[in-house]
Amino acid sequence: MDNKNAIISVKNLVKKYDDFTAVQGISFDVYENEIFGLLGPNGAGKTTTLEIIETLREKTSGEILVNGYAVEKDAAKIKRIIGVQLQAAGYYPNLNLVELMELFSGLYGVDIKPMEMLEKVNLQDKAKAKYKALSGGQKQRFSIATTLINSPKIIFLDEPTTGLDPQARRNLWDLIIDIRNNGTTVVITTHYMDEAEQLCDRVAFVERGEIIALDTPDNLIDKLVSTGFERKKEVKKANLEDVFINLTGKEWREDN
Amino acid sequence: MSKPYNNTKATLALAKASFRSIMRSPSAVIFTLAFPLIFILVFGFLGNGGIKVKLAIAPGSDVQNPIIKALEQNTVVKLITDKEPAEIKAELEKGHIDALIEVKKNEGGQPAYLANVQYTSASIDKGSILKSVLNNLLYNLNSKDIKPSIAELHESTVQGRVYRTIDFILPGQLGFSLLSTGVFGTAFVFFGLRQNLVIKRFFATPVKRSSIVFGECLARIGFALLGAIFIILIGHFFFKFTLINGAATFLNMLLLSVIGLIVFMGFGFVVSGIAKSESTIPPISNIITLPQFLLSGTFFSIDAFPGWLQPISRALPLTYLNDAMRSVAFEGAGLWDVKHQILILIIWGIGIYAVAVKVFKWE
Ligand SMILES: Nc1ncnc2c1ncn2[C@@H]1O[C@H](COP(=O)(O)OP(=O)(O)OP(=O)(O)O)[C@@H](O)[C@H]1O
Ligand SMILES: [Mg+2]
Repeated sequence: MDNKNAIISVKNLVKKYDDFTAVQGISFDVYENEIFGLLGPNGAGKTTTLEIIETLREKTSGEILVNGYAVEKDAAKIKRIIGVQLQAAGYYPNLNLVELMELFSGLYGVDIKPMEMLEKVNLQDKAKAKYKALSGGQKQRFSIATTLINSPKIIFLDEPTTGLDPQARRNLWDLIIDIRNNGTTVVITTHYMDEAEQLCDRVAFVERGEIIALDTPDNLIDKLVSTGFERKKEVKKANLEDVFINLTGKEWREDN
Repeated sequence: MSKPYNNTKATLALAKASFRSIMRSPSAVIFTLAFPLIFILVFGFLGNGGIKVKLAIAPGSDVQNPIIKALEQNTVVKLITDKEPAEIKAELEKGHIDALIEVKKNEGGQPAYLANVQYTSASIDKGSILKSVLNNLLYNLNSKDIKPSIAELHESTVQGRVYRTIDFILPGQLGFSLLSTGVFGTAFVFFGLRQNLVIKRFFATPVKRSSIVFGECLARIGFALLGAIFIILIGHFFFKFTLINGAATFLNMLLLSVIGLIVFMGFGFVVSGIAKSESTIPPISNIITLPQFLLSGTFFSIDAFPGWLQPISRALPLTYLNDAMRSVAFEGAGLWDVKHQILILIIWGIGIYAVAVKVFKWE
């Protein structure tokens, strides 16, 4: 983490919904090629913050640069270099996955092979299925595939692993690490701390629209331990998740 | 990255996606194709050639002349001879009688007879039928009379045309099909895309709003044209729908279809903007389509309506589309001949899009 080039810089971001202030002047930088996590309880303002950076919502005040472009001026340029997975989104009705991929390649103005994109998230067998007919986890995986169409510099993943089974989640981590290793910066939100610990180079904790901590997972844990914190009970050598994975195998399951 | 973003490509990708989606949506196919076809079938089989034009002969008119003779033999025209002038005038005003003819010997010599025809604004379309019947008839009569000086060219090249119910019904059904696909289709699609956050996902791509609207419209126009072609061809080949000037009439009808559809889509945009939930779309759309379906002369001429209803009929855009369609299909009019109707459609279009821009919602 030496090349600390900020690819996203957020300064004093405030977002008001009528008289409710969802984001109260937060500031942070996301460095090039890192995996940056936004953590925090429901309603903390994570999605709001992401969608403002993605130019999908208007900010109330503050300054945001994405790859040097200001969100209020260069939204179109920003959209060309980012990939976005929304916490809640829909896809064009009555189309199968390949056709949806074709549509998105047109919308991004790039040429891609739909099947190759689907293979990245192991959905090639569902190529002819409608989005509506996918399982929850498959929908998530499809959404992530759509973020990669324009070979973006930055991808935003808003709770990408919510609803995924343990293996699918692990496979997705591998995919996210792959994406990062190919030079893409990743901004992710999650409610799973094990995930954040595994994936993220740095995490920011958001509560009530304010950042209350921002550091590497290691440093944050060390800091806590240094205050004399101890886990209440000795952990067993394995947990139920290990059992799940041990029982059901580690690969993507074909039928999920 | 250096490559500039291609709006056309995005628009076309959207149009393609939308078109695929429409073709797979049962309701779109039913409203645009099945309904109009059912009506065409029913009327096609029911009324074989049943249109009659009631033509009164003015009291005191010469009746022993070739014009009246020919009219007597014409299956479309029903001659009325037993009415008083006052009666005729009243019925003309109501549209119960479609026209009045008076034939006189020409004292001045050539031509031998002078025919005065009085049409009524209460029965414009039957008047138009009569007009072309008379034109054909007089043409035949006159050409019989011509002594060929160099060569005989004209013999029996023109036949009196046959008017079938389908000639009246089909343009009306076409108008209805355009109205429903324009209003319902557009309203449901945009409401659905907004509600299901499809548009939100689109906004995360570099696509422009105009591309989204334009792509959708292209797809719907394509679909509606396909429907129109289908309806006209089925009508033509199975029920002998008359295309007077062949391909030209066909093309003019398609062009009118596009103009009408664009206006009706404006209503669809408005509905998608004001509907609060998916289930309020059909009632709101029905408020727009039903009155037009009933009052714009889809099944019968609006002249059959009571006087107080006619101003309402004359305010509706579908009336003018139907009117223009029938002029084109019935009488072989060109687009320039129906410029008045087109102008009113355009005025409707401007008005409705002005409203649409105000009420349309993206999120
Ligand atoms: N469109 C909106 N209008 C009004 N209030 C909103 C809107 N969107 C979000 N909020 C409010 O802003 C706050 C932050 O919401 P946000 O969706 O950013 O939370 P979050 O951190 O993503 O939560 P979660 O973990 O549940 O996804 C919440 O209190 C929410 O009720
Ligand atoms: Mg959220």
